[in-house]
Amino acid sequence: MGATATQRTVEAVWRIESARLIAGLARVVRDVGLAEDLAQDALVVALETWPRTGIPDNPGAWLMATAKHRAIDTLRRSATLDRKREQIARELETAAEPDLEAELDDDIGDDLLRLVFTACHPVLPTEGRIALTLRLLGGLTTSEIARAFLVPETTLAQRITRAKRTLAEAGVPFEVPSGAERVERLGSVLEVVYLIFNEGYAATAGDDWMRVELCEDALRLGRILAEILPEEGEVHGLVALMEIQQSRAGARVGPGGEPVLLGDQDRARWDRLLIARGQAALSRAVELGGLGPYALQAAIAACHARAGGTEDTDWAQIARLYAALAEVAPSPVVELNRAVAVSMADGPQAGLEVLDALADEPALRGYHLLPAVRGDLLERLGRGPEARAEFTRAAALTRNERERALLLARTRESA
Amino acid sequence: MLFMHPAAFPDPGDPPAADVIADMMRFNDELAQAGVLLALDGLTLPQDGAVVRYAGGRPSVTDGPFTEAKELVGGYWVIQASSKEEAVQWAARCPARDGDVIEVRPIQRAPGDD
Repeated sequence: MGATATQRTVEAVWRIESARLIAGLARVVRDVGLAEDLAQDALVVALETWPRTGIPDNPGAWLMATAKHRAIDTLRRSATLDRKREQIARELETAAEPDLEAELDDDIGDDLLRLVFTACHPVLPTEGRIALTLRLLGGLTTSEIARAFLVPETTLAQRITRAKRTLAEAGVPFEVPSGAERVERLGSVLEVVYLIFNEGYAATAGDDWMRVELCEDALRLGRILAEILPEEGEVHGLVALMEIQQSRAGARVGPGGEPVLLGDQDRARWDRLLIARGQAALSRAVELGGLGPYALQAAIAACHARAGGTEDTDWAQIARLYAALAEVAPSPVVELNRAVAVSMADGPQAGLEVLDALADEPALRGYHLLPAVRGDLLERLGRGPEARAEFTRAAALTRNERERALLLARTRESA
Repeated sequence: MLFMHPAAFPDPGDPPAADVIADMMRFNDELAQAGVLLALDGLTLPQDGAVVRYAGGRPSVTDGPFTEAKELVGGYWVIQASSKEEAVQWAARCPARDGDVIEVRPIQRAPGDD
């Protein structure tokens, strides 16, 4: 898209308004796919009109009014086939404009909630949930999402079309689930947001900035969720985790684009504002009680954020938090991390005991970090030849060239 | 970062009207609900502060009140925006009064930061 000033402004308005617009329309027309099409139509009209007329004083209301007129037209055209649509069109037409707007404003939190639960519905494959969430709630265009996820735009467009069709065919209602279903569905929502964040986090300095920006998009989504679900501890936990991880953005990549490990990062470059925000979100999660996996990971990240360096990190507390995490979300990788924390708190022998319980863990077979950590602990215990064997194994398993070079260097050091 | 330079500061002991405050709080809520608000503060009146000017290698301090208040800051917001245009659009939604100025400035990051 040629980036004239007006176009960029229209895109900015879209970022701000689209989620509310689509959410409000979806409630009125009772169909997320149709709501999105109507909102897109309104955007096209705005792109044609605003360069001539200038940006209206209340662009959100303008887009909503335009989309509403489109909705009436569209619904009328298909009304002969469908009595329900005829009724919705009549309701739309008779609803006084200010009332409709007030109504949309009042329920906006609920509408956004319905929208996010629909976009992250389990009938959709994970990649469909991610694409739909960024499209419907993040205000990203198809081409922006495609660029961020390194897939062709046509592929991404198909993904969204298919997701909308799946929702329609499955008759997924535009509503917030309740009871046990709500807990499970919220898990899917949080997972989608964290997957988006991690996709951005995995991007490196040379990558397209669209990829790196996924972290900010995920943070924005997480903060919106925290506003509309203030009583859900894990929502605050996830926000806390992302804020604190994002606080290290400026320190975790070296000048050559190489990753800098936590222990080697220049902590003066950590973003104190984001750390403070993360800690506030974590406190909120703690107040709500019963820390879940996100809040526990955030608590671990907060321990690092509080420390001036590796030496004055509260490793005993981190080991306890990993143990709590292993309770609520058991995983061999969590145990591996706990082994490292235990070795820092109570010495390499204690860490090795935790680690050796994982020796036959099938999920870690072929995972280079298991021998790498074991080699490190053995080296610290003065068991050089055994350490060397572990580093050699780890070097053979890793697919990252830089890491392999590092591990091979350690086989020579521990000779 | 958005800096608010108000056209006029209220007289001490004469706080802004309740509806002015309510409008501003609604704007702040809107920023928070959109997930873009990182921090904000309103500042007390200029007479509570001071201005430190540097000339000839030496700082000189002027305490408030100030006769020329046009360039003074009344408050600020730190927001996360994906473009300058988005930051400007947020500033354009502020329930500001006639003559108020909002300065929109990106926060400088160290080279290599995103």
